[in-house]
Amino acid sequence: MRTVIGSAALALAFAPALAQQSPYAEYQRMARESAPVELFELAGEEAWKKKQGPKNVSLEQCDLGQGPGVLKGAYASLPRYFKDTDRVMDLETRLLHCMMTLQGRSREEATKRVFGNADNASEMEVLSAYIAGHSHGMPMRPGTSHAKEKAAYQLGQKLFFHRAGSWDFSCASCHGEEDKRIRMSGLPVLYKPQVARPLIATWPAYRVSNSQFKTMQWRMNDCYRQMRMPEPMFGSEAMVSLVHFLTVTAQGEPYRGPAIKR
Amino acid sequence: MAGPMKMRATLNGGFTDVRVLMTHPMATEQQTKGKPHFIQNLTVKLNGKIVIEGEISQAVSRNPVFSFRLNGGAKGDKIEVSWLDNKGDTNKTETAVA
Repeated sequence: MRTVIGSAALALAFAPALAQQSPYAEYQRMARESAPVELFELAGEEAWKKKQGPKNVSLEQCDLGQGPGVLKGAYASLPRYFKDTDRVMDLETRLLHCMMTLQGRSREEATKRVFGNADNASEMEVLSAYIAGHSHGMPMRPGTSHAKEKAAYQLGQKLFFHRAGSWDFSCASCHGEEDKRIRMSGLPVLYKPQVARPLIATWPAYRVSNSQFKTMQWRMNDCYRQMRMPEPMFGSEAMVSLVHFLTVTAQGEPYRGPAIKR
Repeated sequence: MAGPMKMRATLNGGFTDVRVLMTHPMATEQQTKGKPHFIQNLTVKLNGKIVIEGEISQAVSRNPVFSFRLNGGAKGDKIEVSWLDNKGDTNKTETAVA
């Protein structure tokens, strides 16, 4: 192991400028260098091509908005309005739609385990990693012209500021004021484009603190848990609208994910 | 049983930079109440010849990523990285230097 340790020390010696930064920025840089995101993309590719469900077909003909099977740039242009379902859909909701229509799976079966754990990532998580990876470097351009896209943005914005639950919290209770933090992590003011842009453009992401690859709908779901609200339904209009509101707020930012986060 | 591995090896001014990702729970003694599961041995081969033989411990995080630099190397050289964990599981990946 001497060689490996030796070169690690060498790499550190080559980065004196970076050592000047805050310890947290340094931690983030080190995490970025050892992100195992590609492993999830590999697993996602396998899941995308795996024949399953009553119809025994893969998801390869799934239309994510750029045509059946087109992955390039698909994530960067979601959420958007889909004519065939007459509603706005984000990546995960669209994938669920494809699992149900193309593969003939039931909603119950396909959503039985949408959020995985460290030992076993979920199908939705690895698929998100694989598909989002095909939008790397492309500007985020969610749909904003259709009437239903405008309605989704407005509903999402309303939900962001809507206080409810036993603690009377809204998303804005934590993400609505400058200079708030939980322990070491700053709480971003997510309705401000300059703050939302770099953050939204890095989901879905691998979380180094619990070794799990996490999706946007998981992020929404877990915030609702932290607010002590009832658990939101996966792929519901409320969740899609909230994701749409945040993505539109961050639009124009080049997509830099799937990334690694605390 | 063993999850995917991924490796890249690129020639960089007289050196070969290697970056390898491996899927492994890397569960510690404490986490598992005495039944740890972690990679113990790492072997790096260049054109079939062992160049690094290393031991790592439970202190390495889940899904480890290693990057290191080898002296020399040429385009097309074959690099193989394999691991062996404390339960006897093993996995390996091979790539050509680009």
